[in-house]
Amino acid sequence: MDILSMILMSVVAAATPLLFAGLGELVTEKAGVLNLGVEGMMLMGAVIGFAVTAVTGTAFLGIPAAALAGAAMAGLFALLTLNLLANQVATGLALTLFGVGLSSLIGQDFVGTPLDRLPQLDIPGLSTVPVIGPVLFGQDALVYLSLLAVGGVVWFLARTRAGLVLKAVGENPAAAHRLGHSVLGVRWLAVLFGGAMSGIGGAYLSLAYTPLWAENMTAGRGWIALALVVFATWRPGRVLLGAYLFGGVTIAQLHAQSAGIDIPSQFMSMLPYVATILVLVLISRDATRIRLNAPASIGKVFHPGG
Amino acid sequence: MRINRRRFTQLSLAAAATPAAFAIGGKARAADPLKIGFVYVGPIGDHGWTYQHDQGRLAVEEEFGDQVETSFVENVSEGADAERVINQLATTGHGLIFTTSFGFMNPTLKVAKRHPDVRFEHATGYKRADNLATYAARFYEGRTVSGILAAHVTKTNTIGYIASFPIPEVVRGIGAFTVAARRINPDLQVKVVWVNSWYDPGKEADAAKALIDQGADVLLQHTDSPAPVQVAEERGVKCVGQASDMSRFGPTAHMTAVVDDWAPYYKERVKLALDGGWSATDTWGGLASGMVKLSPFNGNLPAEAISDAEAAIAAIESGERHAFDGPVRDQSGTVRVPEGEHLSDEGLLGMDWYVEGVQGKLPG
Repeated sequence: MDILSMILMSVVAAATPLLFAGLGELVTEKAGVLNLGVEGMMLMGAVIGFAVTAVTGTAFLGIPAAALAGAAMAGLFALLTLNLLANQVATGLALTLFGVGLSSLIGQDFVGTPLDRLPQLDIPGLSTVPVIGPVLFGQDALVYLSLLAVGGVVWFLARTRAGLVLKAVGENPAAAHRLGHSVLGVRWLAVLFGGAMSGIGGAYLSLAYTPLWAENMTAGRGWIALALVVFATWRPGRVLLGAYLFGGVTIAQLHAQSAGIDIPSQFMSMLPYVATILVLVLISRDATRIRLNAPASIGKVFHPGG
Repeated sequence: MRINRRRFTQLSLAAAATPAAFAIGGKARAADPLKIGFVYVGPIGDHGWTYQHDQGRLAVEEEFGDQVETSFVENVSEGADAERVINQLATTGHGLIFTTSFGFMNPTLKVAKRHPDVRFEHATGYKRADNLATYAARFYEGRTVSGILAAHVTKTNTIGYIASFPIPEVVRGIGAFTVAARRINPDLQVKVVWVNSWYDPGKEADAAKALIDQGADVLLQHTDSPAPVQVAEERGVKCVGQASDMSRFGPTAHMTAVVDDWAPYYKERVKLALDGGWSATDTWGGLASGMVKLSPFNGNLPAEAISDAEAAIAAIESGERHAFDGPVRDQSGTVRVPEGEHLSDEGLLGMDWYVEGVQGKLPG
């Protein structure tokens, strides 16, 4: 494999966990729920995905287990905020703290356990095409899944009745309720989906990106995913763009440093954040459209009786 | 109602204070064990910095048995929280308290002033008091040995160095490594990537890949996760582990690791505290004191590399060799350390320049 495709492979790897978590959070927020617990859910996905894969020896069990772990954390959040009407911001922050602690506890016995990297699934014929071949068709299963998920979320939100109901619940829960839709039911499902996606994003870190478990290994990626959703103005295609841009600039600045380009490293480390925000802000600078995209009821408690 | 609540608060505060008072009273009795507290910045399961300190604590327990009673608090963040934790240990009858991260320096000093009868020890700091000692390890001596190994195995003459933050400790390590490696192989160049984090497995792995893509065939790291070792193994290059033996993550790639061993120091200090000879000293121990060690060399290394490395360890231990023996030049070629001299401890502690052979510019 030549250097260029090596670099592009690293970009894809850096972007994929952000893409999973960002897409999940996007669906959650489109239903009007703000879950700041992404980091905690990712960590739980990372540790459970790693533990199950290490014990059973197969990622085919590890990845679904990670999704379940993320969804379980999200379920806790849904119970507190949707049924017990707790404040979403506070509960989300608490969920992150809880996830950091619980994942360390569960992961204690797995610190320092090596694991084989998730295998690459080469698509026959196509993966040998120069440069783009390995990048597009020589990835592991989770990368393909993340790209399918982008298409799936776009299709779901734009083309299905269920997607329309979800957006209606996010825009005006009272109206959706009066039309006979179960606001709580829809929000529960959206929150669970967000948790499962965060869990898979975490598992990508502990199974494919750096196949090991280490405490707090997400190192803030959950927060980056959250920010991506906002700067992408709740559009799945832009979350994809933002995640790849962030990954790309991250890798590019590391290469620039090792090539000896004379720019302060602190500035280089800042660059992915600045570049991603800048590009996403520029392409979505139409304020009216942002307001149309932003779920109107986000973060607000809904009580069917009230 | 309000008065009642206030009175209730006062009562409960008094109740909470009582056990502490008992504990202080109890300390005076001679038969009681010496209570020793440890404050850690990370989890004891990090298999790195904090793990090594906890191994030292366990060694103390084993050595002194029921003469001592140890306790520890892990994951203490550097700041206001640290002061609270240290203060709590000081007020609950601990006679000797070790705080094991640079950021605990000011909180430790504050609490030490408040409790003149308790002895404190702070790792890697420079502020001392009558009851506050400091200690640190000359980690860079291990970098010298790494440099010798790297110089023997590199074919591309390009070394990749994954660095955390541009502080003297890290710059010193890069310098010691480069000086030793270029003494054997003057063509060798060191590329440095700063990841601006002590610990981010994903970013460390990305930096490792970038360095390998740019031609590095040996990786050094001054960050704490084993991710670079994993990358080195996959890409078929060599590496040196950090803080603890990481050979499990790269059985072929892992040449050795530079390891801290705090056990001898902790045992010595506890013994002094028990015997009454403790004083607020400043210790900076290296290979000779056993505070810095190298994990077993990989069997796949050339015999010459291993014998050279072992000779260097012996020479450093005997004081014959110093990591920065002159002449040492900086990047512009200016001689910073003249022949026949070596860099002073003061020069080491404030080191803010790259030696010759390091590429790129040191971030300010």
